[in-house]
Amino acid sequence: MRCYQCGKCTAGCVLASDMNYPPSYLMRLLQTGTRQNMDKVLASNSIWLCLNCENCLGRCPMEIDIPKMMDYLRTQAIKENKLHPDSKPIIAFHRSFLDSVRNTGRLYEIGLVLSYKFRTFNFLQDLAIAPSMYLKGKLHLLPEKIKDRRSMKRIFAQTIENAKTVNK
Amino acid sequence: MSKIGVFICHCGENISATVDVERVAREIGGMEGVAHAIDYKYMCSDPGQTFIKEAVKKYGLDGVVVGACSPRMHEPTFRRACAEAGLNPYLCEMANLREHCSWVHEKSEETTEKAIDLVKMMVEKVKKNKPLDSIKVPVTKRALVIGGGIAGIQASLDIANTGHKVILVERDPSIGGHMSQLSETFPTLDCSQCILTPRMVEVAQHPNIKLYTYAELESLEGFIGNFKAKIRLKAKSVNYSTCTGCGACIQKCPVKKIPSEFNAGLGTRTAIYVPFPQAVPNKPVIDRVNCNYYKRGACKICEKTCQVGSIEWDKEDEIITEEVGAVVLATGFDVKGTDFFPEYGYGQYKDVLTGLQFERLASASGPTFGEIRRPSDGAIPKKIVFIACAGSRDPAKGIPYCSKICCMYTAKHAMLYQHKVHDGESTVFYMDIRAGGKNYEEFVRRAIEEDTVNYVRGRVARVYEKNGKLIVKGVDTLLGGEQVEIEADMVVLATAGVANCGSEQLAQKLHVSYDPYHFFAEAHPKLKPVETNTAGIFLAGACQAPKDIPETVGMASGAAVKVAALFSNDELVREPVVAVVNRLAPPLYSTCVGCFMCETACPYNAIEHEEIKGRDGSLIRTIARVNQGLCQGCGTCVAFCRSKSIDIQGYTNEQVYAEVMSLLND
Amino acid sequence: MKIGFYPGCSLTGSSREYNESVVALAKALDIELVEIKDWNCCGATAAHVMNEELSLSLPARIMAMAEEQGLTEVVVPCAACYNRLKVTQHELEDENKRTRVIEILKLPYRGDLKIINVLQMLEAYGAENIKTRVTRPFAHKVACYYGCLLVRPHSILKFDRVEDPQSMDTLIKGIGGTTLDWAFKTECCGAGFSVSRTDLVAKLSGNILKDAADRSAEAVIVACPLCQSNLDMRRGAINKTLKNPIDIPVIYITQAIGLALGIGAKELGLKRHFVTVEL
Repeated sequence: MRCYQCGKCTAGCVLASDMNYPPSYLMRLLQTGTRQNMDKVLASNSIWLCLNCENCLGRCPMEIDIPKMMDYLRTQAIKENKLHPDSKPIIAFHRSFLDSVRNTGRLYEIGLVLSYKFRTFNFLQDLAIAPSMYLKGKLHLLPEKIKDRRSMKRIFAQTIENAKTVNK
Repeated sequence: MSKIGVFICHCGENISATVDVERVAREIGGMEGVAHAIDYKYMCSDPGQTFIKEAVKKYGLDGVVVGACSPRMHEPTFRRACAEAGLNPYLCEMANLREHCSWVHEKSEETTEKAIDLVKMMVEKVKKNKPLDSIKVPVTKRALVIGGGIAGIQASLDIANTGHKVILVERDPSIGGHMSQLSETFPTLDCSQCILTPRMVEVAQHPNIKLYTYAELESLEGFIGNFKAKIRLKAKSVNYSTCTGCGACIQKCPVKKIPSEFNAGLGTRTAIYVPFPQAVPNKPVIDRVNCNYYKRGACKICEKTCQVGSIEWDKEDEIITEEVGAVVLATGFDVKGTDFFPEYGYGQYKDVLTGLQFERLASASGPTFGEIRRPSDGAIPKKIVFIACAGSRDPAKGIPYCSKICCMYTAKHAMLYQHKVHDGESTVFYMDIRAGGKNYEEFVRRAIEEDTVNYVRGRVARVYEKNGKLIVKGVDTLLGGEQVEIEADMVVLATAGVANCGSEQLAQKLHVSYDPYHFFAEAHPKLKPVETNTAGIFLAGACQAPKDIPETVGMASGAAVKVAALFSNDELVREPVVAVVNRLAPPLYSTCVGCFMCETACPYNAIEHEEIKGRDGSLIRTIARVNQGLCQGCGTCVAFCRSKSIDIQGYTNEQVYAEVMSLLND
Repeated sequence: MKIGFYPGCSLTGSSREYNESVVALAKALDIELVEIKDWNCCGATAAHVMNEELSLSLPARIMAMAEEQGLTEVVVPCAACYNRLKVTQHELEDENKRTRVIEILKLPYRGDLKIINVLQMLEAYGAENIKTRVTRPFAHKVACYYGCLLVRPHSILKFDRVEDPQSMDTLIKGIGGTTLDWAFKTECCGAGFSVSRTDLVAKLSGNILKDAADRSAEAVIVACPLCQSNLDMRRGAINKTLKNPIDIPVIYITQAIGLALGIGAKELGLKRHFVTVEL
């Protein structure tokens, strides 16, 4: 790996201080190539807190695609079931989001939030802003559905659902 | 029938580890016309050469083929050995079994077979070789030095002191280069100008040095020992033979706001100007781009001020030709500007400076007379951040190399700042500290330990301005990647050293190779560091790669010695690899029909017209003739000749044909 | 002038006002928007994080549908959708990935659709008309906020310059506005963490708003529904993290230009913002 530990990624990372390991430290853990350090990386919250904002990639002198590496590490962490507690709400949100897309072809925001609440048991969250959102016409009560929903089912079946069975 | 000797070298194990050298010698020994074939561990060694010499005598060889390394390495060695044994050296050829075979292939049957083929080709070629005599050319014992920075100054003085004439050409109105802009120099902190300006004066007064400032090389023709340089003397608009350098014109010039190049844009100058008070020559030029008279046709205040009538409005650029025997390239380097860095503000923040700009602030001759003050408001900065490797070691920005001088000058900058601003705080963000050099590491330690400069290991992601402060977002990687934010008053970027503008064009004019970053390429990275691939052209200083003053001066003296060594010869011997037009007995005279396509094709103007006249003086025919002094043996004319009347000696069509046929006849 | 249009999910839901202002502005500038038929969600960050093939297939279907419809150029106002579509197009230049995605979609995909964001559309087709049709110059000092997805990765999007983009600033200056040179133009607002990590969004968006407020911006101008909703709808959570609450509105570039062209606040959806807009 090309990283020479200049630290520019960490210096500019908006969430570095919230991470177990800031990006450059994480790169160093990976560079050692040991299983022990790989486990540290997979079980860290760093890979889940990465927002893929790509500031690190834009500034990296060695053009290392850290965001893409994070994508890989997240998939790997799910595969090996080594999940930091911080990942739970994030994964729950993504799953709820994708459920909505799978069923309707589009994002159904109320459905997303309800599904997310069931996944996280966090029923009180966002109760404060939901009514104003509704009043301002920002929420549809019913989902918008695309016509060719079968294609959605097929896309999901052949990608993410396929990957899950393979993993099992 | 030919009697060829073949000598196969093991090159230690370089060749023999992958090629079955005994088999090569054995099979070649059986070839028609080969009288003797052996293999040996080191053919270039003294015993190896003795084998060749003895074989030439014993077997009466009329050709020698050495299967060894590249001819670039040892062709002269083996040809000399043959000559010593009484064989014309041009009857000796090399087959490259190392670079062209053993180094690039695995050990196998096929590798050995390829080696056999390579030797075979050379045997067939040598059978057609003819004895040649080397060409002797005179040497013009006068050197051209391009660039008047410390490299050019040192090279000029050293050459001039050997008693040879030097022509020194400088693009700017004064010599001195970057060194004249520096404040103090590491690791001794002696004043740059104090050690440089005496040398500048010495150049100006040296009887053997002819100085052309405000001049540029227009073109260079010819070859080692015999160059013709055309030099453009840019119009200075001031007659230097009458100008006294009193400076009255400069004081009166109404155009005062031109950013001063000498002060790296931090100060201003006038349109008629001397770059700096210690300039050599200390006489002004008019910058025609900014002068009111040249721009709008009116002003001429300087002319009215001048007591001796030295202003020459209508002076034009002049092109002069100088004949020289050697050239030293000493065109120096440049640094990237702050506008090269999007993450550090695209150059829009006035208090983000380059290292060179900081030099001017720290210099007694600078715009603040040596006081460190912010360009934006003139305040003395209480907190300074120095960012090392700004652009250097950054492949994403296209500069993967280390600029070499920044670690040291950044330590010096921080030190100078601490000496000048006692209550100031300085922080250096660095990746590695590269302080290899006599007393260099000690110097950096002094900055850290005695002058309490705060060294933080990590790069800076961003710099932005807020409330008159520069917010620096960095990191301390030694603390596991802890973010460091500093509210600084000034930020100094150790910006990458890059090739000077125009270096690519200059290299092309001179037929000198250059690297991907437009630094001039040395002939060999270790053993020929001051030579270029073009004979007679040498390198000095940072035009080859960024380097500091001691290294530059050492290299300049090295180049000067090379020039002096060249000038110790009255004439030079050149390889006779030149084109010849065939000549036949009358009434044919030659197969040349005089179409002169070759003349059109020749890049070296080496084709002349030869008139063949009868006894009565009447013109029979005009045919082409090659000037052997000018011909570089490139072979373009051979390809263009429709009647096949031109050949390159040593590489005739017949010889190349024999090589190819040796492969096809298998 | 006719151009393809991909609104994306946010624009039909929580960011309706962006859609309304894009449509109203396009009409005022004589640009006819042709919506892609039966378009689906681009998958956004969720697909990107969870599964690569899914994250390529969803945008690929949208582009395949647009190609089928005969569109050659599509404007994508949502920065997240714009980013997903552009990146997918780039990724599918890889033959293996393209073959696989076509196999999943069972639709032909050429990959030659021109994907542009709203700023590019206004620059290319609106600049002249905007200049001549300004009736109410936008005399405000504002901070143009570009966020991440509109400008990164630069090597693929090739839009504007890095770190300190200018295209939105130029548009604002064109309608009589003043733009700030500020520090958070392209820092992340927290993006898709709006629901799952509101605390982090509050922190990051708070930093952004604070810098704009410190430099006395009258409004923050955006071109991304994620940025807008984080900076606007999450204002309550943001203000809890700040010493002094910030009340500067966050409006879309299309709303700012719409106002300058004299389009009504209601038509531009300005009433739908959480932070009251009085410009």
